[in-house]
Amino acid sequence: MTHAPTDRIDVHDTALPGSTGTRDALVFGGALALLLIVWQIGPGLAKWAFDYPKAWQIPAARHIGRWTKWLLDDATFGLFTFTDLTRFIAAVIDVPYRLALSLLATGFLSGQGSSAVQVFPPLSYIAVLMLVTLAGYYAGGRRLAVLVAACFGFLIVFGQWTSAMVTLASILVAVPIGVVLGLLLGLGAYRWPLFEKALTPLLDLMQTIPVFAYLVPILFFFGFGPTAAIVATLIYALPPMARITVLGLRSVPSEIRDLGHMVGCSRRQMTWKIMVPSAADALMVGVNQVIMLSLNMVIIASMIGAGGLGFDVLGALRRLDIGAGLEAGFAIVALAVALDRLSQALAQKTGAPLPAGKRRSIVARHPYLVASLAIIVVGFVLGLIIPPLQTFPEAWTLSTGGFWNEVVRWINVNFFDALEALRNLVLLNVLVPFKRFLGELPWLGVVLLLALAGYRLGGLRLALTAGMLSFLIAATGQWEKAMITVYLCGISVIVASLIGIPLGILASERERLWRWLQVVIDTLQTLPSFVYLMPVVMLFRVGDFTAMIAIVAYAVAPAIRYTVLGLQRVDPQVVEAGRAMGCTPRQILMKIKLKLALPEILLGLNQTIMFALSMLVITALVGTRDLGQEVYIALTKADTGRGIVAGLAVAFIAIIADRLISAGAARMKERMA
Amino acid sequence: MIDFARLPKITAAALMLAGASIATPSYAQESTDPIKLTLHDWTGQLITTHIMGDVLKKAGYSIEYVQADYLAQFAGLESGDLHVAMEIWETTGREAMDAATATGKVENLGETGMEAKEEWWFPEYMKEKCPGLPNWEALKSEACAEAFSIPETAPKGRYLGGPVTWGGFDDERVEALDLPFEVIHAGTDAALFAELESAYQRKAPILLWIYAPHWAPIKYKGEWVEFPPFSKACYEDASTGVNPDAAYDCGKPFGPIWKVSWAGLKDKWPGAHKAITAFKLDNDEMGAMIAKVDLDGKKVEDVTAEWIAANEARWSEWIKK
Repeated sequence: MTHAPTDRIDVHDTALPGSTGTRDALVFGGALALLLIVWQIGPGLAKWAFDYPKAWQIPAARHIGRWTKWLLDDATFGLFTFTDLTRFIAAVIDVPYRLALSLLATGFLSGQGSSAVQVFPPLSYIAVLMLVTLAGYYAGGRRLAVLVAACFGFLIVFGQWTSAMVTLASILVAVPIGVVLGLLLGLGAYRWPLFEKALTPLLDLMQTIPVFAYLVPILFFFGFGPTAAIVATLIYALPPMARITVLGLRSVPSEIRDLGHMVGCSRRQMTWKIMVPSAADALMVGVNQVIMLSLNMVIIASMIGAGGLGFDVLGALRRLDIGAGLEAGFAIVALAVALDRLSQALAQKTGAPLPAGKRRSIVARHPYLVASLAIIVVGFVLGLIIPPLQTFPEAWTLSTGGFWNEVVRWINVNFFDALEALRNLVLLNVLVPFKRFLGELPWLGVVLLLALAGYRLGGLRLALTAGMLSFLIAATGQWEKAMITVYLCGISVIVASLIGIPLGILASERERLWRWLQVVIDTLQTLPSFVYLMPVVMLFRVGDFTAMIAIVAYAVAPAIRYTVLGLQRVDPQVVEAGRAMGCTPRQILMKIKLKLALPEILLGLNQTIMFALSMLVITALVGTRDLGQEVYIALTKADTGRGIVAGLAVAFIAIIADRLISAGAARMKERMA
Repeated sequence: MIDFARLPKITAAALMLAGASIATPSYAQESTDPIKLTLHDWTGQLITTHIMGDVLKKAGYSIEYVQADYLAQFAGLESGDLHVAMEIWETTGREAMDAATATGKVENLGETGMEAKEEWWFPEYMKEKCPGLPNWEALKSEACAEAFSIPETAPKGRYLGGPVTWGGFDDERVEALDLPFEVIHAGTDAALFAELESAYQRKAPILLWIYAPHWAPIKYKGEWVEFPPFSKACYEDASTGVNPDAAYDCGKPFGPIWKVSWAGLKDKWPGAHKAITAFKLDNDEMGAMIAKVDLDGKKVEDVTAEWIAANEARWSEWIKK
């Protein structure tokens, strides 16, 4: 969890136009003034620059809809159709999933459906608990063992075990597939530059198009049920793995590469024996990301048949049982924390050399493997003899019951008026005016301004990217909704930065605060926002303000994280030098530390924007009218074209913001060096 | 669950257990494949589906529950990935259902016996602040609109409509009936009831879209607004109804909740097809069961088992050969 999902590898091969800050300011000032003038006198002269004319629109939704229908019904490779292919893939994924599910949750059955008979029980909770604790001990010693045991213990005690195991089963299938595919794609991109050129924009789209947009085609192609959910999870969770693979391979020291050549490695040996092992550390970071993102998908996956904890969360909130929703939500957090810490510890361990040992017994060589097998066998036998050890008795489970509902009720009854006043203040004075302002801007002006910004920051290519993508948003008829999206995410990003950056500054100097803060932001990132969204609706009604709270809660994490990262990386010698020159602590912070950490903070801003955009589908559930809502409507109407067009518009906004900020950060770094 | 029948087609993964597959019991002279029933995320539907599932099990069928989205499921029903959907509401699912049956791949198995009702709804205590309710004409007065207003909508009243995806023509209704109200759309029904719960706790004004069978009208005391009764003509023809120049000048349609299935069900499991077609429940029974689950915190499975135990005469009639 300590790494943001889009660790982007951006190579700007275009030369940066040499310029100074003052010239930039002049150019932008001029452009802004021009835009304002056009905005004031424009509507009478050129109406088309404000409302994109319907007649010019590209009927992209219709084309995409027709194309998917063709893929579904007619596309064929001669021997088999496209649908046969996707169904075959689904069947292949189904095998390991059924195996994992049988092992963890349902037991091995003979027969199908409800007439099936269990021939072999699933692993008992005791056995799984001991297995993960052992894995924790192996990877990170006693402390990790205790942590992992506590996380799984939470699942047991709060009666979340079966659902959690269903979720775990799909994670256990999705993660290895995601890792292997990501690794292969990354290797391909590393070896063939052309492949990388084609892959990079595809990865961008995979990460930024809201999942709801492609759920419908996935259901068409892969059928209903857990496998479709796994495919959707893969699309979302795989890109960081591919990206990190390329990054990791690139940073393998050239000495190691030369060594490989000298000893005469073949190309295959070079890849698998030299490059991949040398990049193992980076690769494990990718694995970690795949795990985290897969867990983020749990709620959405449950909407299309994955079941498990996500389904429990949704069901609990439909009957407004806030406590049950929280319990299931925290079960997801517990799984995430356990898996995250385990994979991180394993990543560190892979670096250590294996103890060399010859001619020792199997037990001595593989103590952990043998112990695991012993646990499984003993657990199975114990489960047969003592049933409470096989399944945790329901009577022993804990529950917070109606406690959380009472808490929310108490706040609601006693503080609603104060909260309502705050809401109205913000809504009427900040949100509504800003929304109106953005809504009235002419699309043509915004497109030109973005292109200009692209040109100043990254040259002609960036100008073209920014201009074209924003033009496409207008040309497909998404402009109005896109502006609402920009307004909602923009405000939320500002609020998140205002909260996150100062907190990050504080935490960078206080180790204990930072440790607590990490727990909080890890939780915010993995707790399904649906869980806290309903209480927020109770206190702030549906609408933009509630949506903003949800976005800020999720997007504040990278703002804090990258600020701390940046400040901690500042060279202590520079700070020391500053102190020697008699700078006050305030000066050291403002003039030295923050300045040096600016590129990282900008990267954090970039991530904050990405996180904010990824919350759009959730905010659609509290009644916003932005692109997220459009995607959601398309989902419920099973309208593939409409969903993908709106989803692409979101992706374009993300890509424009990302490219501009990355270019800005790169330039700033250059200037500092 | 390992699906032994399909394993050889895919890859041989867990061959060691394959020997056990011979033991599959077969009761009926029909396919022994499991019948897949869809589950959605509201309690009433879970109850209906579990009752049907229990009855089919009693008849010797193998069944499987699959979680699926209410509207997205039609794709699965058409392709035969899913087999039975027990609750398609006239009010929210009619369009999608008609589109699916038109393809010939989905069959309508008739009414469940339950009636879906959707309408504007207000809590009892609002009668004091807006006398004249439940008659819709009371909403026309400024004082009433004021009573239902919040700062953003004032002086207009605030009406909390369903998610945009539900349709419902509330914006058109407000326009046609000339009501001084603003329609705010909740994004999901969980948000809708969260707002109701919040307002009810504070005895605060609220006017919103509620549907039944659901736990909300059981838990909270209140009434439906009485609009001019729905007619097809009122929605389609501007000249009929209270306002001669606008359509939608009446209440929302009430209608049955339908059962649908994959068209191949009839040939693959004729007995099950007959049983599902015969399935009937009424609103009161369903309301009572929903209350047991959502308000008393019982498990869906326990409630449906109770029903099965108490109504043997009824369901055995459905599965009679």
